[in-house]
Amino acid sequence: MTLVFVETDEGGQVQLTSAEAVTFARTNADVLAGLVGSPPEQPPGRSATSGQVAQRPQGSSDEGVTVEAAVIGQLTDAATEQLARLGVETIHHLEHPELEAYSAAAWAQALVDIAPETGTVMASGTPRGMELMAHVAVRTGQRMAANVIAADADGLLRQVLGGSAFERLALGGDLQVLTIAGHACSPEDTTATTPEVIEYELEIAVEDLRTAVVRTEVETTDAADASGLTQARAVVGAGRGVGSENGFGEVLELVNHLGGALGVSRVVTGLGWRPHSEQVGQTGSRISPDVYIACGISGAIQHMAGIEGAKTLIAINTDEESTMVQRADYAIIGDLHEVVGAVNEEIRTRHG
Amino acid sequence: MDILVCIKRVPDISGRITLDDSATDIDDRSLGHTMSAHEECAVELAIQTAADTSGSVTVLTLGPAEAVEQLRAAVAVGAKDGILIETDDLSAFGPEDIASIIGDIVRDRAEQGQTFDLVLLGNDAADTGDFQVGIRLAYDLDYPVLTGISTLHAVEGAGAGDAGAGGPGSGGPGVEARGIGPSGTEIFSLELPAVIAVQEGGVDPRYPSITGRMKAKKARITEYDAPEPGTGNPRIGLELPPETTSSVTILGEGPDAAPALVDILEEIGVIRS
Ligand SMILES: Cc1cc2nc3c(=O)[nH]c(=O)nc-3n(C[C@H](O)[C@H](O)[C@H](O)COP(=O)(O)OP(=O)(O)OC[C@H]3O[C@@H](n4cnc5c(N)ncnc54)[C@H](O)[C@@H]3O)c2cc1C
Repeated sequence: MTLVFVETDEGGQVQLTSAEAVTFARTNADVLAGLVGSPPEQPPGRSATSGQVAQRPQGSSDEGVTVEAAVIGQLTDAATEQLARLGVETIHHLEHPELEAYSAAAWAQALVDIAPETGTVMASGTPRGMELMAHVAVRTGQRMAANVIAADADGLLRQVLGGSAFERLALGGDLQVLTIAGHACSPEDTTATTPEVIEYELEIAVEDLRTAVVRTEVETTDAADASGLTQARAVVGAGRGVGSENGFGEVLELVNHLGGALGVSRVVTGLGWRPHSEQVGQTGSRISPDVYIACGISGAIQHMAGIEGAKTLIAINTDEESTMVQRADYAIIGDLHEVVGAVNEEIRTRHG
Repeated sequence: MDILVCIKRVPDISGRITLDDSATDIDDRSLGHTMSAHEECAVELAIQTAADTSGSVTVLTLGPAEAVEQLRAAVAVGAKDGILIETDDLSAFGPEDIASIIGDIVRDRAEQGQTFDLVLLGNDAADTGDFQVGIRLAYDLDYPVLTGISTLHAVEGAGAGDAGAGGPGSGGPGVEARGIGPSGTEIFSLELPAVIAVQEGGVDPRYPSITGRMKAKKARITEYDAPEPGTGNPRIGLELPPETTSSVTILGEGPDAAPALVDILEEIGVIRS
């Protein structure tokens, strides 16, 4: 079986990245099962692989291996229905007063209790997903692969170097522990089943609560911004080209017209122009909006790593040769203040 | 508070990379190298916390002889000394190996009378992105561990409070740590010793002063030879993403192109009207 740790949002809906992970588990079920227990040792450096990435296998093997979900905390009817549509057959649900405050060790132990002895345990590559899978790996004596994007008979493929290369690896072991890179696949509904919901009871070791969250401050804008950014249908990106802390007027107005979110490059957060919670990229958020409008951003690999999920990419840049323009679907060459200002005016004229 | 910060020398990548002949590692001969991003913040947090508690900071790295540059860079901004565990084939080591080697050093130092109250690492290395060395190290040492932490400071009477064993403030000296969680800033209170994996964004790493640079040249760097890797690296090889050819449609130059862009936004249906 493949067990997927599923995260839900404040409203009790399944997070997009978790829906992606469930889809990955289902469409790759047989491949993942075939990799379990495969010989781990392949001495590094001796195996010849081509320098190009193989076609991403789009497995369609829905039968045989079951996909089960683990939900810690509230499980809403909406989430159960979403998971049913995604093809989950069993939902393991844990609600426990001691698990209300997040403690990685305690949550991970809960997952270890549910996990099969042979099979796969996985989560999406969110901070929680990464942390929990690493704990699960240590507790079960297994290796762990972070940011997996594909699986085939030769092993797993995962993102390294901020997305500029992929690592092919074989985990070996009876239990494969991994996380799926955000937006490595899109959620796909299948014939809905009626999942069996199993309520879990568990004993929690006191020492696993040593690292529990003591309190959460919601009034700080950070998390709100970050979740707005990852959920937004339209994101306006702003980079060094904005010029100064006071140069965000036009881009913020555009954000407002689009009911979207502002995302920035690391140069912008590094200079202190905007908070880190707005950063997009390898060390910021990974986003998947319908449209990303990159203004004055060059397109460094670490930034691109965060926007691979964007469906349409628009660049506004003075430099036609910049990576961002070259990688975009559409581009306007010019000063972003002038261009974005004119775009805002056009929207105001058309939409009053 | 005495703090050990584990840092990594990583290639400074801006454009497309190439692989070495064996296709198991990148060809970094023409690349510069730097300290991995999160670790620069870990060093900064360590220096601030050590200064507040009259403690000191030691930096450690497992890597090639050249990684001494990154150790000295950390000394230049305020670390006291460095530990280099030298290997010329870092890619032979998996996250399990790295964690256990660091664990051995921590125990070894403790036997010699130097106990580290806190071990900091980066949340994940910029190159391998394994997201697990800190957690593995914590289990190896039997310390509690936090990840994704962006700020921290020393406190008395630490402990997880109600959720933990002995009620609020039961513990001795500890740290209060903050990180961004899914629904807000999460605050943790941890008794020492502990392992904390740091995420960039909470502090600005300082620049070295002239005296700092001078000190770095003379700082004590203790060198060890890395043991043979145990578990090894599960890597079979590296692959590069296919080269993409540009298919950009240039809508125009300057403000005159604005209407064409608004047309596209209307088509996608993202304008609030
Ligand atoms: C380990 C590591 C992690 C990193 N993580 C991230 C990350 O998460 N996110 C991230 O963004 N970066 C990250 N970086 C940094 C990244 O390498 C780049 O330095 C950064 O993305 C560049 O930001 P930028 O595009 O705003 O600035 P620049 O690269 O300086 O580009 C500025 C662009 O603005 C254009 N421009 C200038 N003036 C104007 C104008 N008036 N109008 C229109 N265009 C204009 C220029 O032509 C140029 O293309 C990371 C780096 C490392 C080493």
